[in-house]
Amino acid sequence: MSFKKRPDGRDFDDLRPMEAKAGVIKSADGSAMFKIGKTVAFATVRGPRELFPRFLKNPKKGILRIYYQMMPFSGVGDRIRPGPNRRAKEISMVTEKSLSEVMLLEEFPNSVIDVFIDIPQADAGTRCAGISAAAIALADAGIPMKELVAAVAVGRVDDKLVVDLDYAEEAYEDGPVADVPIAVTSRSNKISLLQMDGEVDKDQMMELLKKAKIACAKINEVQKKALKDKYEVQK
Amino acid sequence: MTESKLLIKDKQIVVPGEELAQGMDYLPSTGSYRDANSIVSQLLGLVRIDGKVIKIVPLTGQYMPKRNDVVVAQVSDVTYSAWSLKTFSPYQAMLSMKEATSEYIEKGADLTKFYGIGDYVVVKITNVTSQKLIDVTMKGPGLRKLRKGRIIKVNSNKVPRIIGKQGSMVGIVKQHTLTQITVGQNGIVWIYGEDPKMENLAETAIRKIEAESHTDGLTGKIEEWLQTEVKK
Repeated sequence: MSFKKRPDGRDFDDLRPMEAKAGVIKSADGSAMFKIGKTVAFATVRGPRELFPRFLKNPKKGILRIYYQMMPFSGVGDRIRPGPNRRAKEISMVTEKSLSEVMLLEEFPNSVIDVFIDIPQADAGTRCAGISAAAIALADAGIPMKELVAAVAVGRVDDKLVVDLDYAEEAYEDGPVADVPIAVTSRSNKISLLQMDGEVDKDQMMELLKKAKIACAKINEVQKKALKDKYEVQK
Repeated sequence: MTESKLLIKDKQIVVPGEELAQGMDYLPSTGSYRDANSIVSQLLGLVRIDGKVIKIVPLTGQYMPKRNDVVVAQVSDVTYSAWSLKTFSPYQAMLSMKEATSEYIEKGADLTKFYGIGDYVVVKITNVTSQKLIDVTMKGPGLRKLRKGRIIKVNSNKVPRIIGKQGSMVGIVKQHTLTQITVGQNGIVWIYGEDPKMENLAETAIRKIEAESHTDGLTGKIEEWLQTEVKK
């Protein structure tokens, strides 16, 4: 039970400082930057557009394609080899599933919406930052959505339950660590992503879900502000 | 029964998932939906309240084809009996031989003689199916192939502002720059002027309208600006 204080001095329920901006990439149909602590995510939306190859077309609804990628020097160690790998494919898939839940894809049959998530700087929680950024970018692209999605990694370090783990906590060696990324929809408060790396018991899990919902509500406020600011400034 | 109440003001910016009104007295329109007792936004846009109806006017987004829209499209492919057109939306449009011209076209004729790949045409959308198959016609006033001039692309959500009330805004630009302009609902604008300088000025004017579309009294401002620019 040696984990008494978080490495960066935050409270156990505190998120890292956040910053979000919509419309950062001018050539895209929609884009966003989401920063939480040292983790930065850029999301770029292209579409809805014609889908090729044609056999992928779905006449009932449009499809959402996510390309998650960590940039070569985003980590702290060696250069990351760019391009799809096993981890990136998994994250792309879970991101797609968590976002397509709130999107009204039936309005774009036979077409595709491509979302590119790039991580220029990583300090844990990149898939969550990616989802939060992608939700802003999709709204910025004018794509109809029932609500927004915010995501955060909660977890357990030693015997303490913490919100928004950074890399130092994820790599804590003197006790068990569990990392639980959770995505929560903004209005209905439903969970659209739940993964777990590590072990927690049932009571701890229920507590973590509660904490994640509170944290995601805070992230959602930042997302809303980013979208509104883009147009308020113009006025 | 709880009392109905509005939670937002007219012309306010809202984001997807934002609650707009509570109670059954209000009705959702484009860009909003009903969720149990409340009306919720599904788009990033401006709220327009028209009596009991709440509508969201989108601020961004791709052009989606609608029936009776006049658009500027580009020929992307030619088949035996039709032209396939790029509409600058997620979907292609088909222009059949019958709808393209009243001329007699012999069986097996090379259709590129009429409209070749890459040509721009002004067409009217006659039908959009649920699967977003688009039929267009070129029979009607102003529907034609575009020769000379230039094509520019603007945000399709700003098109109503560029056209103005009964074409007042685009009319002013045409009048002062002595150019011909066709604004497609899909955000493709064709400009042609005898004087290239005037053609440039017309393009700058349209870009200016696009950038300042949210300001009030824009028609007057653009007219003043054009008057000084033309004299230079």
